[in-house]
Amino acid sequence: MNKVKTLDDLWKMRESLRKTIDLREKSDNPENVVQIRVSMATCSIAAGAKEVMSYLNEALAREQVDALVTQTGCMGYCYAEPTIEVAVPGRKAVVFGHVNRKKVDEIITHYIKEGSLIDDIIPVTYNTVNPE
Amino acid sequence: MATYSNYILVCTGTGCRASQSEQILQNLKATVEKHGMQGDVQVLRTGCFGFCEKGPVVRMIPDNTFYTQVTPEDTQEIVEEHLIKGRQVKRLLYLNPETNEHILDSKHMNFYKRQYRIALRNCGFINPENIDEYIARNGYIALGKAVTQMTPDEVIKVIMESGLRGRGGGGFPTGLKWQITRKVQADRKYVVCNADEGDPGAFMDRSILEGDPHSIIEAMAINGYCTSANHGLVYIRAEYPLAVERLKTAIQQAKEYGLLGDNLFGTDFSFDIGIRYGAGAFVCGEETALMHSMEGLRGEATVKPPFPSESGYKGYPTNVNNVETYANIPIILLKGAEWFASIGTEKSKGTKVFALAGKVNNVGLIEVPMGTTLREVIFGIGGGIKDGKKFKAVQTGGPSGGCLTEKHLDLPIDYDNLLAAGSMMGSGGMIVMDEDDCMVAMAKFYLDFMVEESCGKCSPCRIGNKRLHEMLQKITSGKGKREDLDSLRNLAMVIKDTALCGLGQTSPNSVLSTIDNFYEEYLAHVQEQRCPAHQCCELTQYFINLEKCKGCTLCARVCPVNAISGDRKIPHAIDQQACIHCGACIEKCKFKAILVR
Repeated sequence: MNKVKTLDDLWKMRESLRKTIDLREKSDNPENVVQIRVSMATCSIAAGAKEVMSYLNEALAREQVDALVTQTGCMGYCYAEPTIEVAVPGRKAVVFGHVNRKKVDEIITHYIKEGSLIDDIIPVTYNTVNPE
Repeated sequence: MATYSNYILVCTGTGCRASQSEQILQNLKATVEKHGMQGDVQVLRTGCFGFCEKGPVVRMIPDNTFYTQVTPEDTQEIVEEHLIKGRQVKRLLYLNPETNEHILDSKHMNFYKRQYRIALRNCGFINPENIDEYIARNGYIALGKAVTQMTPDEVIKVIMESGLRGRGGGGFPTGLKWQITRKVQADRKYVVCNADEGDPGAFMDRSILEGDPHSIIEAMAINGYCTSANHGLVYIRAEYPLAVERLKTAIQQAKEYGLLGDNLFGTDFSFDIGIRYGAGAFVCGEETALMHSMEGLRGEATVKPPFPSESGYKGYPTNVNNVETYANIPIILLKGAEWFASIGTEKSKGTKVFALAGKVNNVGLIEVPMGTTLREVIFGIGGGIKDGKKFKAVQTGGPSGGCLTEKHLDLPIDYDNLLAAGSMMGSGGMIVMDEDDCMVAMAKFYLDFMVEESCGKCSPCRIGNKRLHEMLQKITSGKGKREDLDSLRNLAMVIKDTALCGLGQTSPNSVLSTIDNFYEEYLAHVQEQRCPAHQCCELTQYFINLEKCKGCTLCARVCPVNAISGDRKIPHAIDQQACIHCGACIEKCKFKAILVR
């Protein structure tokens, strides 16, 4: 480990370490950032949800979108796996199906950044009882 | 560098470790590896979360799920249900006692909702054994800015304007203390961190050192820069092995990174930190006694002046600050004096950490803005009194403080309000008492502690407290007289006025405040030989209610001194001469037939 010789060294070090703590800081205020939930049931994983999730993290970091990616159980849209739910602050959550790397990029540029809707939105077919 | 998509934070403060949190951590790691998820999930050890009542505590990131009272056996379920299937393990969630509903995350728990964490900002958030995580949270940036971009006077000015006062109990303005030490001319100076936390029940300093040791190191270095001292010493009690170990690790890491040592940030300022161990004497929290103990002498207080700022450790000017005070320094420099001064009351700025203990539902470590009322702390965060009993009093400031009663519940907590009410801030112990606690016995308990901990140097403290204790002993055993109450108060006042150090001067506080607030209770002891709370065993009598007693003989069988007699199916009787008031019969009786008077 190189020694910290100037304040600049420390800033650089902090920048590179930032992401180790980023997720924890965001999770303190989840309502302020884009929240994405990846369905991670057996069928989703078989359809590639794990790759989608790691690519999501990668792409969001690259595009500098403040987001919180979590996994969840089966959403029930097995015909359209992998599925992800995207909740942008101030907008209603939307579920996208058939997500792959290309779709992830589209969702980030068109839906999250520009706010326009794109193909493969799954109409939510049920209401969920709120346990609270 | 690896980034993970999930983190599991496991509290490894002393409290949770005592309930096997280290084992939980190991099990979680093993289970994560078993499922091949070590690339995505990182299991981390962190400092105290504060919610010790429901420990061990495990927090899941990013969804912020808060699991309480986890056992090592639960770990498999947490990994398989929560991480793999994405379902929360319901039975481990915190149950809201008011609504009987599960609460998913810490944000919605009453315990956390009302807190504002400044000194504890990193506790339970970062891994205290990893300097990288501290740096990622802007660690050491304040130190870097101070030594490269600010003059010592500018730094002191910021601290002064922030209004930060010493968190060890006295409440002396920190900036002013630094300035005084700065102005003294000497070829060698010291800064000392007072981690000799002696109040029974208080553990905030330990938790900060265990959960965020780097913030103390950084603050001490800033302190050294401001007072032109190149040597820092942490005086810590040897009874805090985990804190010592983490502090050592932190110092070692800081040295490796060049954040301690020679020419910090390329300037000509050098700073190094050493550790001195205390043997756990209460008086050594007093500055002068602390200094003597560090020099290898007896831990006895000496007359001030000279103050440590002029002549302290080995005769050199020494700046002594408490752990919690230091924990506030880096964030003040980062966020500015105005930010800090905007929190709290007019004369007490910022927040204060309290160790909530006693007969309260949520025992733990909390941090609230100055000016929060006792009611909010005890009933809001603390969740009220255990078993639905009635609140009676709260002792603040440890044994040197005083007790506050129901009429003080809406008092906004700050240094001056507590002093005016006859108590003090102290280091922040807060012990809640309910209707079953006898205040005379409570005063006796604290005095017991003081007699034990007196260093014996000055007679008011050494002899006076012993006499006070004897009088209380007399009163609680029913041999007290009305006149004793006056001599109790007179002697207490004399000790307060004449004792040498802070320990002696504050030692009769518990007696004085209980006499003031619970005079009736003292009167009952001396005039009627009665203890209203039925706690002083020599003043209580056990009786059997003849109408309720079914003659089951259970009580007679458990009585250790065979004081209960009677035939089967015929009401029993207690021999008052033989009874030792142990209470075993009350616990066993199914008919509530045994009464205490």
